[in-house]
Amino acid sequence: MISCNEAVRRLWAYLEDQVDADDRTRVEEHLALCRRCCGEAEFTAALRDLLRSTTGPELPPDVERHLTGFLDTLGKEPA
Amino acid sequence: MMTDQADPAPVAQETGFTTVARKQLPWLYTLAHRLVGRERAEDVVQECLLKAYRGFDDLRDVEAAPAWFRQILMNCVRDRHRRESVRLREEPADPRPDYSLYRKIAEEDPWPYSDSVHLDFLHSFVRADVWNVLDLIDPKYRVPLVLVHMEGHSTRHVARMFGVARGTVLSWLHRGRKHFERALWEYAQEHDLLDEPRGAVR
Repeated sequence: MISCNEAVRRLWAYLEDQVDADDRTRVEEHLALCRRCCGEAEFTAALRDLLRSTTGPELPPDVERHLTGFLDTLGKEPA
Repeated sequence: MMTDQADPAPVAQETGFTTVARKQLPWLYTLAHRLVGRERAEDVVQECLLKAYRGFDDLRDVEAAPAWFRQILMNCVRDRHRRESVRLREEPADPRPDYSLYRKIAEEDPWPYSDSVHLDFLHSFVRADVWNVLDLIDPKYRVPLVLVHMEGHSTRHVARMFGVARGTVLSWLHRGRKHFERALWEYAQEHDLLDEPRGAVR
């Protein structure tokens, strides 16, 4: 059976279905027997969801003014 | 798609570049900030706008403008990342490649009375905190992390985009995630998020 470190190293890829069949089996065998790594797998899934669900950031008004000014400058140049 | 007729007139003849580009600014900035961070986002968008302006005659359909601008922006980000990757190859091995935020939280146990300390920790971060933490991560790790875990690209797609082996992308991702985990803990400590648990992510 793979070690906890080896299992944890594969968790993100495992959760995103980006491991091959052998690695999937190794991770699942480990999780079936290791309670701590099951907790780590749940936490990793929550961490991944935090990243996925974080929206924005929005365009700040001052940056919008700069970029609009930049566009106006470009628009005045001969193409 | 028009195949039997002459190419339609360039968009530039019907709609000015400035008008088309201005509509893209909000989402272009958001994507740039997500990928390269607050400090570099404006520069990347300007670079994208300049390239788009020079190639505007190539745009034949104004409805394709978002995809067209997106591709130009992604190319700008890719080119910057390639330059960063030169430094990446020279970087020494990570001394703590198996850092685990899960174990760190369990060891430090900031809220001993809680029976969901790990989720409470994540719920301490509002949206602005997450962006502040991502801004702490070097762009060379941040770009693949955001592309795969926030924008939903596959590791194979990112490997093709950067012209590297998939194993290289997996290595970048591993490092990026560990940087992100460490940065979350350090940010929580420095910004007093460990004082008491907050509500769900806003």
